[in-house]
Amino acid sequence: MADGRAAAKRPINPRLWLSGGWLLILVVAALAAPLLAPQDPLAQDLFASRLPPMWQGGSEPGFPLGTDSLGRDVLSRVLYGARIALLVALVAGSCTCALGAVLGLIAGYYRGWADVVISRLIEIWMAFPPVLFAILLIAVMGTGLTSIIVAIVVIDWTRFARVIRAEAMTQGAMDYVASAKVAGRGRFGIMIREILPNVLPTIVVLLTLEMGIAVIVEAILSFVNLSISTDDPTWGSMIAEGRAAIHHSWWVLVVPLITLFLTVLSFSQLGEGLKDHFDPVLR
Amino acid sequence: MSFLELKNLNARVGPLPILRDVSLQVAPGEVRALVGESGAGKSMIGKAILGTLPDAIRITGGEILLEGEDLQAMSPKARRRLIGAKVALIPQDPLTALNPARRVGPQICDRLVDILGWGRREAEARVIELLHEVHIPAPERVMRAYPHELSGGMRQRILIASAFAAEPQLIIADEPTTALDVTVQKQILRLIRDMQARHGTALLFVTHDLGVVSKLCQSMTVLFGGKVLEDTSVDQFFSAPDHAYSAALLAATPKYTDPGGSLMPVPEATIHAVEAEIAAHDLAHQIETVRQ
Amino acid sequence: MTLIRIILKRLLSMSITLIGVAVIVFFIIRIVPGNPIAMMLPPGAGEEDIARLKALYGFDKTLPEQFLIWVRGILGGDFGTSITSRQPVMSLVLGRLPATLELSIMALVMAVMIGGTLALIGTRQRGGKAEALIDVTNGVSLSVPDFLWGLLFILLFGVLWPVFHISGRVSPALDLPFVTNFYLFESLLRLRFDIWLDLVSHMFMPALALAIPLAAIIAQLLKQSLKETMHLDYATLARTKGYSENHVILREALPNAILPTLTLVGVQFTFLIGGTVIIERLFSYEGLGNMAIDAVINRDLPLIQGIVILFAVIFTTVNLLVDLTYALLNPRLRHG
Ligand SMILES: Nc1ncnc2c1ncn2[C@@H]1O[C@H](COP(=O)(O)OP(=O)(O)OP(=O)(O)O)[C@@H](O)[C@H]1O
Ligand SMILES: [Mg+2]
Repeated sequence: MADGRAAAKRPINPRLWLSGGWLLILVVAALAAPLLAPQDPLAQDLFASRLPPMWQGGSEPGFPLGTDSLGRDVLSRVLYGARIALLVALVAGSCTCALGAVLGLIAGYYRGWADVVISRLIEIWMAFPPVLFAILLIAVMGTGLTSIIVAIVVIDWTRFARVIRAEAMTQGAMDYVASAKVAGRGRFGIMIREILPNVLPTIVVLLTLEMGIAVIVEAILSFVNLSISTDDPTWGSMIAEGRAAIHHSWWVLVVPLITLFLTVLSFSQLGEGLKDHFDPVLR
Repeated sequence: MSFLELKNLNARVGPLPILRDVSLQVAPGEVRALVGESGAGKSMIGKAILGTLPDAIRITGGEILLEGEDLQAMSPKARRRLIGAKVALIPQDPLTALNPARRVGPQICDRLVDILGWGRREAEARVIELLHEVHIPAPERVMRAYPHELSGGMRQRILIASAFAAEPQLIIADEPTTALDVTVQKQILRLIRDMQARHGTALLFVTHDLGVVSKLCQSMTVLFGGKVLEDTSVDQFFSAPDHAYSAALLAATPKYTDPGGSLMPVPEATIHAVEAEIAAHDLAHQIETVRQ
Repeated sequence: MTLIRIILKRLLSMSITLIGVAVIVFFIIRIVPGNPIAMMLPPGAGEEDIARLKALYGFDKTLPEQFLIWVRGILGGDFGTSITSRQPVMSLVLGRLPATLELSIMALVMAVMIGGTLALIGTRQRGGKAEALIDVTNGVSLSVPDFLWGLLFILLFGVLWPVFHISGRVSPALDLPFVTNFYLFESLLRLRFDIWLDLVSHMFMPALALAIPLAAIIAQLLKQSLKETMHLDYATLARTKGYSENHVILREALPNAILPTLTLVGVQFTFLIGGTVIIERLFSYEGLGNMAIDAVINRDLPLIQGIVILFAVIFTTVNLLVDLTYALLNPRLRHG
């Protein structure tokens, strides 16, 4: 009773609002990119290259955040980049989550040889440098959105599996599982009906965090130039161009960097905020 | 003159009184018992003297005088040093009162060296002597051991030796035997009594156990709900207790010569009467504050 | 006794893991459509070239045969020959390893210093504004990965306020008299502080970028652990002996709080080393990670395999070292 009241009184954490707000803006911007973008994100115009943003001298209308060295509009590219980033976050995040959570549940609840195999796989995966692993996978599979998503799923499933396995083990040892067994429920039924709902909050939190990580991995891969294709407007490739041109046109780096920074921070804060929200004892 | 004197000490957590005008004195060499049921505030008195009250608890009035000096008027550092040099604590649970990451020897010596400025050799020699005194076999070996290698009884002996090491003038023992086996309890109590007699240290002994009080102490303070109900000599208490609660306490103790006897069932009527007394005291206190 | 058991158990587990890594790297590259030869061929190569290349690198044999040959080579210290540079992979990789090790260790030292200081300050000022500030800083530092910190530093300290180098390991103009590739270490030994300073000023930004997330984790875990310890009886007893709060934190709480922090920091340190791959790329730092990315881009299979195995060896060794340190520091295990 007292707990319930405390939880009801507790205001929703401001960081939930702030991070959720930014992500909402991003989603809207991504969906409405064709309406919002002032230019074609792929259109090159060498006569309009390295235009500064509008608050600086020498800028031109129609290019509010300036242009890169090929004369492409930075704002338009960031807006279209959001589409790719969010798509990767959503698809790669959910697939990673699904694979990792299933393996984690099986290992943690069924134990036995399944656990031995999965735990060993996790250990092997932990011995790979993740970024190098991803780059290698892309090199092998070829560039493209699907490759990126597959690479993220392949390198990151352990993140879920490790945590969910531990949680499933704790839950599996609880009394309610024993009484469900006594009541004649099968193992699979118990896993789905009893264990899964109890680890669901953890899964949601991890999923949110994973989306942020997926965005970063995509950016890193396109930074290394192994992402979709050099032309496509991804934040990572913009950052790579900006890094190269940093001494004469800083805005090419700053704009996607700030966007990426806020997005990653938001996903992570949303995840942490959800964690606190689900688990008032921690607060 | 008494060594320690509390004058009308009040403490609260939020608006809730924990100590209500507590006054008590301990003369040099005196052994005073602090008795009362669980939650009466016995430990809080010890912590107030030692300066280790939990953050939530605030002292709202009164004085704590050590040799006539008001501890609360001193700088935190001076107070810490004074307490470190003149007062020692025998803690309740010997299992948690020794640092698991440090060897036993340095933990006993450190006060002598760091606070009292002894040489390390000198301090070690003194501590070995004291470990002999508390019947620790092979003290040199024990000093090199880690706490987890020693039994609970041994650890409590070590903590007793550590308390007496600096020859403090007052030792506060907060239920020093409740965490131990019954058989070990008796040995430890006897040890505390012997050590006290030999060193002539004043002792503030916190306990539930009237049997122990009758054997160990000269004077006693009875506490209920943070209020002192009776402050008397042990002989007086056991022959003719002054307060109705004390009488009930005594009557409820099955056989006070038997250490370990419980003091649980005090009649409810007596409890209600004491609670009424405390309510009246609080009201008077409030009126007093408002008038000022 | 326990120590030896721990070591043996870990060594066994380590070798199983390493074999797993070897199998996966080997077959990932070969299972996926497009055979490795095609991947490494320059455009416009003829049938004859393909056959020659296959024979040269043993790709004409069956996969299990190739795997056995490769593993046998590794056990004998032979990782094959790099396709792009035609030098032994082993010597290439060992030549770059010192740069990455120095960067990682520098980052670790920075993380421990920053995180430890924040944890101590936070514990000393617990419940106060300083602690709240540290908590917020930790939250942000943890959320943002090393890659973004690196970019931010490039912008701030490379362009806006250029105080550090943001590219390379050492100024090319400097004449290096070294016999090993542990430049940082050797410059100190030879008392060449001019070179040392130049190295540090190159390393500082990438190392800090790698250090920040780890520093935040250390600050958070250690502070939490310290705060719990400060409530325990032995801490209280030390206060009654006349010791100051600082003293109690440092001498009573810290030795106990370090242990639980240590195990988690071990895992996080391997993440940090994994982060060098992209950070070295970002700062054009000539280490293993940078070489690895070049190898992937150039389809230099033997080199990729070698580097991945080396990273796996480093990771598992770090975990082993952490376990050993834990056992050594924990009095219960030391005397158990
Ligand atoms: N950290 C704290 N915060 C708030 N209130 C506290 C705290 N510690 C103790 N109290 C309250 O102070 C009162 C006195 O507690 P104290 O520990 O002095 O009792 P005691 O007489 O030593 O009891 P026991 O015999 O069980 O040790 C109790 O009502 C308790 O609820
Ligand atoms: Mg108590």
